[in-house]
Amino acid sequence: MTRSARWIVFWLGAGGVGALIVLALLKMPSFGGLVHPYRELSVPAAIGRSAPNIVSSVNFDQRALDTLGEETILLGSVVGAAALLRPSKDEREQLDQDEGRVLEATKLLGYLMLPVTLIVGLDVVTHGHLTPGGGFQGGVVLATAVHLLYVAGSYRMLRRVRPKTWYQVAEAVAGGAFVILGLVGLLLTGAFLANIFPRGVLGDLFSSGTVFYLNVAVGAEVTSGVVVLLSGFLAQALSVREVR
Amino acid sequence: MSVDPSWLPPLGIAIPVVGACIVLGLAKIAPRLVIDIVAMTTAVVSVAAMALLFAATSAGRIVTWVGGWTPKDGTSVGIVLAADQIGAGFALLACVLTACALSYTWRYFDDAEAHVHVLILLFMAGMVGFSLTADLFDLFVFLELMSATAYALTGHKIEEPRSVQGGFTFGVVTSLGAYFSLAGIGILYARTGQLGMPQIGAALDRHGMDALVLAALVLVLTGLLVKAAIVPFHFWLADAHAVAPTPVCVLFSGVMAPLGLYGVLRVSTTVFGGVLPFSSLHGTLTVLGIITAALGATLCLMQRHLKRMLAYSTIAHLGLFLVALATLTASGVAGAVIYVFGHAGVKGALFLMVGVLLARKGNVDEFALYCQGRDERLTKWLLPLGALALAGLPPFGTGLGKAISEESSGLVVLFVLVSAATGGAVLRASLRIHFGLGPPPEDTDVDTTKGEDEEQEGRFPQRLPATMIGAIVVLLTGGLAVGLVPMEAIGEGAQRFLDRAGMLAQTLDGAPAATVGGVDVAWTWSGVVLGLLSAALAVGIGFVGVHFGLGRLRAALKTPLHVVHRLHSGHVGDYAAWLVFGMAAVGALFVIT
Amino acid sequence: MSLLPYFVAGWLLLIGCFGVVRSRDLIHTVVCVAIAQSGTYVLLLSTGFQYGASAPVQGAPGPVVDPVVQALTLTDIVVSATVTALLLALVIQIAKRTDTVDPDKLDELRG
Repeated sequence: MTRSARWIVFWLGAGGVGALIVLALLKMPSFGGLVHPYRELSVPAAIGRSAPNIVSSVNFDQRALDTLGEETILLGSVVGAAALLRPSKDEREQLDQDEGRVLEATKLLGYLMLPVTLIVGLDVVTHGHLTPGGGFQGGVVLATAVHLLYVAGSYRMLRRVRPKTWYQVAEAVAGGAFVILGLVGLLLTGAFLANIFPRGVLGDLFSSGTVFYLNVAVGAEVTSGVVVLLSGFLAQALSVREVR
Repeated sequence: MSVDPSWLPPLGIAIPVVGACIVLGLAKIAPRLVIDIVAMTTAVVSVAAMALLFAATSAGRIVTWVGGWTPKDGTSVGIVLAADQIGAGFALLACVLTACALSYTWRYFDDAEAHVHVLILLFMAGMVGFSLTADLFDLFVFLELMSATAYALTGHKIEEPRSVQGGFTFGVVTSLGAYFSLAGIGILYARTGQLGMPQIGAALDRHGMDALVLAALVLVLTGLLVKAAIVPFHFWLADAHAVAPTPVCVLFSGVMAPLGLYGVLRVSTTVFGGVLPFSSLHGTLTVLGIITAALGATLCLMQRHLKRMLAYSTIAHLGLFLVALATLTASGVAGAVIYVFGHAGVKGALFLMVGVLLARKGNVDEFALYCQGRDERLTKWLLPLGALALAGLPPFGTGLGKAISEESSGLVVLFVLVSAATGGAVLRASLRIHFGLGPPPEDTDVDTTKGEDEEQEGRFPQRLPATMIGAIVVLLTGGLAVGLVPMEAIGEGAQRFLDRAGMLAQTLDGAPAATVGGVDVAWTWSGVVLGLLSAALAVGIGFVGVHFGLGRLRAALKTPLHVVHRLHSGHVGDYAAWLVFGMAAVGALFVIT
Repeated sequence: MSLLPYFVAGWLLLIGCFGVVRSRDLIHTVVCVAIAQSGTYVLLLSTGFQYGASAPVQGAPGPVVDPVVQALTLTDIVVSATVTALLLALVIQIAKRTDTVDPDKLDELRG
């Protein structure tokens, strides 16, 4: 299609869709209102299960199947991106000799921030059921911590600390652990992803039942997944070369 | 062995995910044979679980509240899975096709590091979850799971520029559609405060129809219509099928795209069934179905790339399925579902046979393969048979489904012509390739994608492995079996699918599963006659096509066909523009009808 | 205006599509898809807001905002990140095989 034909088609469509959306949005409940039926049900349910962070309770206890699907999407996308970024038939991975220069200030900051970021990440993951945070958020922080080695150091250094196979296996194990926990719930209580572990006291580290363990499993999976994902992109940029 | 049937839906989702995790964990350390065995075992166990579920649904709808959050006073915070015969049937179909696809990839398919196995198993998990869930946001999540793995599988042959391009346009268009669906879900949540389909349906019944509900309907259906490749959301399907690896095409055509239609019907009946007038839904879906069927059939005849030809025939058949589903009667739904199952077997077998041609000859172009297939033994006879089955030859399942659908929708001429056209196109290709009939085709058109320069999908031995042949035979016999085995379960399932009040009562109030009557789904004399007529027409089209070729046909209808061809440009901006236009058109259709 | 956040969400969705239609660079296309999705985040989070309510963590005084939409948005963000990664991986390979990222110049699949 020519560019102008494309525009005509688009503007006709956008006009119609825009009109429909505007008419619909005019009928929406006003912003900041008081009526939230699902909230009225889910907050007491979460407190009843000793999970102060209601969002985590919704994610891992009340609507855990959505989170299983989401974690599986992450798993599938990481494997898919790894498949798409693999070296092709006439390419090989060759590390450059010249690594470039890193500023001293960057090195210092990077090495200082690395343990801090690791601890923050672990904190966000393990306290996900108590304070805002959780497996997904903490997992990304942990993966960033690993890549501070690349920013502050060199690509070679990152590769040494990051054997891709281990991370891939870790991802598989963590992903499987989530489903296995659900299956254990199925066997014990007849409901998949049921909250089977002891509820504990509100505010304790080991409380809210399976929410804690699912959080940790997801944290491990997201960390390994993001590391594997970024390893593919970094390899394409830095080391994959065409070989005749 | 008595398993509580409510365990089976979650097991259907959990088993493929666990299998994929095991394969991923073993990917770099275990030999290829172990990977193949683990993946195949997972698929077979899933088939068994879904078969048990299908059998259990004959007693009534199976409702599972995940996490044990059973409803109190008609609401719950949890997610509900509701399986009737139709949903369980689709889940079973997904698992069976996956097992056949894995059989085809056994040992020889190019797959370092087991990526394709993991992706196919996760794809199966997405399809099973999509067919069994009754929660709208969960539907979106499993839709995205299906889509994400599909993008990676489509672009798998990274050395081929057209593979990655096809995967990209597929990815962009489907993602945009899914995000519009999510916006619709958000709007519905704002209005009703619920995410489960029965709950939203019950809440909407109280409020009634207005602009907001109409917008939500159009938005939510957009993502599903894109998945179902209904015009004008269909542009991605031909590109994706032309480039995806062969076993993946089997899954796309056989079950992924029909699942989009399942989703459309499920959402529009359960969620909007109480507020949407029958004439509105019926009219809109029928119009969309007719346009899709006609466009798909026309473009199918114009193709020389075999996989693209099969892709357009899938689009045409999806249009026919939608016309049958649009009747919103039990016989229409049952006919459509039987047609889908028969089509899955036949189309899957056809794709695998094209894969065999690619493996043997390195080419999927009808013109380049002219006379090259005369030495084939298996595909020489099965490909024409498959083409006739596609046209609706009795006693194949496609013929039975077509017969019931024709009768229920009344659009007999459309069904006969479209199925004959698609079958005829494939038959024409087979006559040229395997029998060398007709004059050598002239290479005159520049608007169509050629089927040359296709990358080999693996290192296949000269003598085809039994696993590949086995997959083809299983699929084709499956398509035949759908037409021969009594399908009352589907008839009852269709009745139950449309029983909205029963579903709401069972999921929200815990009412026991109600029995529903069935619908006649047997062969009738008129059905047999029309099936034979379509097959005969297909033979005619095949022979005429071989002798007169594309050139004469093109010259006769030059300008409109040229325009239609130019529309399918492979340009992602074009497809996005048609997506937005399509949304406006669907909205207009709902208002007009 | 008490409906402004919703209109922002709708605007983002449509402007994302606009960007995809007029794009001359595939990476720009991918970013526009991500923009369209951010419209859904705004929509979801806006429906859950309540004036004067605090974060959905127990121990916060008074009523809390709707936690369910926050959970949905979290799922949405993960989906978006992963789909963006996949699309970008495809763009890298397109750039390698065809030496261009201009959609107007990619014409392998026609008809």
